[in-house]
Order: sequence, then C-alpha cells, then structure tokens
Amino acid sequence: MYAYDEFDQAFVRERVRQFRGQVEKRLDGSLTEDEFKPLRLMNGLYLQLHAYMLRVAIPYGTLDSRKMRQLAMIAEKWDKGYGHFTTRQNIQFNWPKLKDVPDMLEALADVGMHAIQTSGNCVRNVTADHFAGAAADEIEDPRPTAELIRQWSTDHPEFQFLPRKFKIAITGAPNDRAVTKAHDIGIRMVRSEQGEPGYEIIVGGGLGRSPFIGKVLRDFLPRAHLLPYLEAILQVYNLSGRRDNKFKARIKILVHETGLEEIRDAVEATFERVLEEFEYPSDALISEIASHFEPPEFDNTQTLAFEEAQEADPLLRSFVETNVSQHKNPAYGIVTVSTKPVGGTPGDVTADQMRVIADLAERYGHDEIRISHEQNAVLPHVRKADIPAVHAALREAGLATANIGLVSDIIACPGMDYCALATARSIPIAQEIAERFHALKLEHEIGELKIKISGCINACGHHHVGHIGILGLDKAGVENYQVTLGGDATETMALGERAGPGFAAGELIPALERLVETYLDLRRDRSETFLAAYRRLGAAPFLAALYPEDERHAA
Amino acid sequence: MAREFKPQIVTANDLLLGDVIYLTKAGNWSRRHEDAHVAVSADQAQTMLAHASARQDEIVGAYLAEVTLDDSGTPHPVHFREAFRTRGPSNYFHGKQAEV
Ligand code: SF4
Repeated sequence: MYAYDEFDQAFVRERVRQFRGQVEKRLDGSLTEDEFKPLRLMNGLYLQLHAYMLRVAIPYGTLDSRKMRQLAMIAEKWDKGYGHFTTRQNIQFNWPKLKDVPDMLEALADVGMHAIQTSGNCVRNVTADHFAGAAADEIEDPRPTAELIRQWSTDHPEFQFLPRKFKIAITGAPNDRAVTKAHDIGIRMVRSEQGEPGYEIIVGGGLGRSPFIGKVLRDFLPRAHLLPYLEAILQVYNLSGRRDNKFKARIKILVHETGLEEIRDAVEATFERVLEEFEYPSDALISEIASHFEPPEFDNTQTLAFEEAQEADPLLRSFVETNVSQHKNPAYGIVTVSTKPVGGTPGDVTADQMRVIADLAERYGHDEIRISHEQNAVLPHVRKADIPAVHAALREAGLATANIGLVSDIIACPGMDYCALATARSIPIAQEIAERFHALKLEHEIGELKIKISGCINACGHHHVGHIGILGLDKAGVENYQVTLGGDATETMALGERAGPGFAAGELIPALERLVETYLDLRRDRSETFLAAYRRLGAAPFLAALYPEDERHAA
Repeated sequence: MAREFKPQIVTANDLLLGDVIYLTKAGNWSRRHEDAHVAVSADQAQTMLAHASARQDEIVGAYLAEVTLDDSGTPHPVHFREAFRTRGPSNYFHGKQAEV
C-alpha cells in the first residue's frame, strides 16, 4: 500500500492547522459564513439537511486495517458510530460538530488520510476498479497510475478553479468495474499491438442532469505520456469549458457542443506544447510508486477444505456464489462484504463492523481493503481455505448478506434523509425494495439485477446506468419516483430509457414487482439476465408491466 | 395580481451543531418547529428574515418556509422537505426526533 511521503504529511498537517484557525475565526465571528463556506468546502465539510457532513477521500478505494480502525474511531468519537461509503469511494460522516472537525482531520492525517479536494471545482478523488491488483481478468493493477494522478492533481495550482468539479476513474481490466465511461476522464489500461503498456483515454462521460457516455479521445497513449496528456485535457477544459452556466460547465457539455474531433485537435495541439515543458515523472518515479503496490506474497497451496466446507454449509455456498469473485491466484478469492443487509442503509457501516473488516483484512487478507463504487467493502486477497472462517466472522457481525449483484445490492445516494440538494428520499425506497423481494424469496431466482437510486437529478446514485434506475423527484410537494430501464454501468455502457410518468412512493414497489415478474415470465432461462432480456425484447413488455392501465403498451 | 401571502416562518441551521433551528417570537432560536414565530404578512416575513440573517455568529443560511396553522395557531410545515427537517432522517432514530 502506498504511504504518504514527508511532503504529503507536511502538506496535510499544514492544511489542518490552517483550517483549525479558520474554524476559530468563524466561531468568534471574525469570518462570515460567506467567507468561511469556501474554506470549509475546501476541507470537505458540507452543511446538509440536519447537520454538517464531512467527506473523506479514500483514494482509489484502497485502505488498510489501520486506516479503517481510525475511521471507526472517528465515527465513534465525533459522530454517531457509523460512516457512509459513497459511490465515489469516499466515506461521509453525517453528524460532526463544527468545532470537532479540525480534530477529525487531525486524526485522519495521523493515518495519511484527508478531506482535501472532496469538494469544489477541482480534480476529485481518483477512483478505480475495486478489484484492483486482485482480479483474474486484470491486465495490470491500475492503482500505481491512480496514485500518480492523485499526486499530480492534489493541490495542482492550475486546476483548483476549474469550470466545475472533475472526476477521473481508472480500470486495469477489460471488464469495467469502475464506470469509466461515466467520468469526465475514464482511463483503461491496455496494451499496444507490440505488447507495450499504455492507456485508452475516454472523455466527456457523466451522469447528472445531462447524462453522456464518454467517448474515446485516444485509443492508445504510451504510459510515459499520461500526465502531460491529462494536463493538456485539463488545460483545454479550463480554457474552453463554459463558466457562464453551472449546468453546462462540465467537460461532457464541452465535448458534446464542440464535437469530439475539434476537442481532440485542441488536446493534441496542447499536448505537443505541454510535452516540451512538462517534467513528467521519470520511469524511476513510476516504478517507485508501483513498488508500493507489489502483490502480497501469496500462499499458493490449495486445499480441499474450501469445497468441503461449502458442501457442508449451504449458507457459505450461497455466500461464495454471490460474494466471492475470481482472483488471479487460483488459491485465492476476492470477498465482497455487502453493506446492504435487508432493510439496511446502502453504504452504512458501524464502527464495530469497520473493526471486524479491519481484523479480517489483517488476519486473512494481507491487510488490504477496498471500498467499491457500489458502496460495498472488499477483501481482495483471501485464501480460499480461509473463506469459511471469514464468512463465519462476517455472519457474526451482520456483514454476510449474500446479495452482491442481486436485487437488494442497491446503490442509493443519501437522498433527502441527509442531502441538502435532494428532491426526494432514496434510502427508504432501497429499504422497501430489499424487504419486498426478500419477503417474496425471489432474489436468487432473479439473479443479476442492478437497481440504482438517486434522490435528485445530480445522479450520485447512478440511476441512469441502473438496469432499473430510480430518480426521486418533487412533484408538487409530493415525493415521486421516475423509473428508467436498460441502463448499464460496464464496458457496454448504456443510459437507461425513461419509462413513463413517475410513481408515488406507495405505487413504486408494486410496479417494480410487476416489472420483475414480467422478466421472470419472459426470460429464456435463468442465464438470461434482466438486462439481456430487456435488450432482446425491447421496452414494450416491461412498460406494459409498469403501466398496465395504459393500453398503448399492451401487447 | 399579487400572490396571496401564506404564513411563513424563519428557519436556519445552527452554526456550531448544524442542526435545524427556528426563529421564535422572542427573537431566540428554538429546535422545535412549533415554537417558530409565524409571519402573517410579506413585510413581516422580510423583516424577520433580515433580523435572522444578521445573526451570522449563531446560524447558517436563514430562509423563509411556508407553514399552515392549526386551530390553536401552531405552525406545521407545508413541504415534505420541511417536515423531514423537523424530525431527522428516516433510516435511524437520529436528529431532532431523538433529541426532542
Ligand atoms: S443525487 Fe442528489 S440527493 Fe443524492 S446525494 Fe447526489 S445531490 Fe444528494
């Protein structure tokens, strides 16, 4: 795992010291809220509906037991004993008091964490495939590249006041688990025909009020050119991105309005210039960063104990089927820890549960933990022989829900239960869906089905790319839910199509039930997922299920 | 034609704790919605808002919210957002609902 160097340490400490002074000045009245607000946002501190909220970055979703235990301590000491993992691999504390925040930041700095650039019009936390370094399908671990970008973008003087926030995601595997096509810049690690490592650069993706699928700007960029190329993109965006209208300020609008070819020409021309002056990291620095991400020493002995334990325990078998993914080492598995027990809040983990995850990572997982954009925790390297013990410990902590990829593994943003921008609640909808399908005992029968819920048009819950997307709206002072169908967050990304009029909260769950029953009736067999059936059959039968009273959809 | 005035209250967030507060008749801040002073004219609402907004060292982001009055004259939120603000989140017994 990468550790902060002395420069990072000093920089973060200095920022905490500054912020402590700023908080004192706000409290003694020498700073007004208008003066203080940009300063607190620079330190990840928002004011939400019921309280302040501190957003902490987990760079590329990677942490270790020490960091996790510190998050648990912070949750207990200065919050209400839990934290909320978000779709951008951040953790949010929902109840801090203003005066405590400098101490919280100090505690984060103690373990090399911070809240810098988790807000504002700058390059935000760089996100990555949560199976990085472990996945069987991986070409290369994307984290050294993500770390390189983190170092380059943190406090980059030129990019602190971009037209809007800027999000970069990276994957090292062809199966895209990092939603790269819905980011301002998506990076896919590829190899040239000669086998040389490099990147495909995707630009202009994004969700929110105008969703766009990112477009390929460069299909092969040699590794050494990454930073100057990113610098060129950011320069073009910084100069040409629309600052006149907040809603049109993202790079996706620039790409859409200007056209990909013209943007490409501008980026390439800028790149030539940047390349001449840019002191991009030498191979030595890249190798030095990569050395911190060396795979752990794997124990390659395979035993039959794992198979035997599954034979004997159906709960374990079910857990392995849904929550354990293929590791590049056949003696290992990747264990995803669901934060979504039936009726729970997606992404919420208590301090005690954080400590259980930390203990398991230390004892069985080479001290590595990841947080996924799907708001789950991941133990990327668990020896198969240890999975039964890990499962038993997770069960005891209420963390063994076997639902990864299933109907109750819902992404849900905080919505109007916390978020000041929301137009409706998300969490109760996620809870009701999970409870309803649990009661029907259909979850495993349905198989892979991704439901994603946002509490407003900003789409933090990624509803556009849910197989079933749900957007909470305010319809004349009443919560209303708009359904989209057929979205896909992976390398075959698609934006969901709006189904029709929204549903009142009480109508939504029965409508979803009709929708899913229709799928079960129409699918070829169990291997045909909801998304595949939707693609084969088109929207009509599903719309007829959602709106049975509307004859236009009737078959 | 001028829009008919609906009763309004002044609400904000507490500077130190961040929680929801309401301006009372005595010019203090209360955690309870029912303590909120109700403006019955647009002029009164604007005066109350100006008074509240000047108190930067206690609060953040004062604004006017519409209410309805019951028979005893107690204000109740009109919009669901304001109703949620009177209690706290729906997933845990946290926030106002736990404090009051
Ligand atoms: S989608 Fe809207 S409601 Fe949900 S977290 Fe984002 S801004 Fe808040």
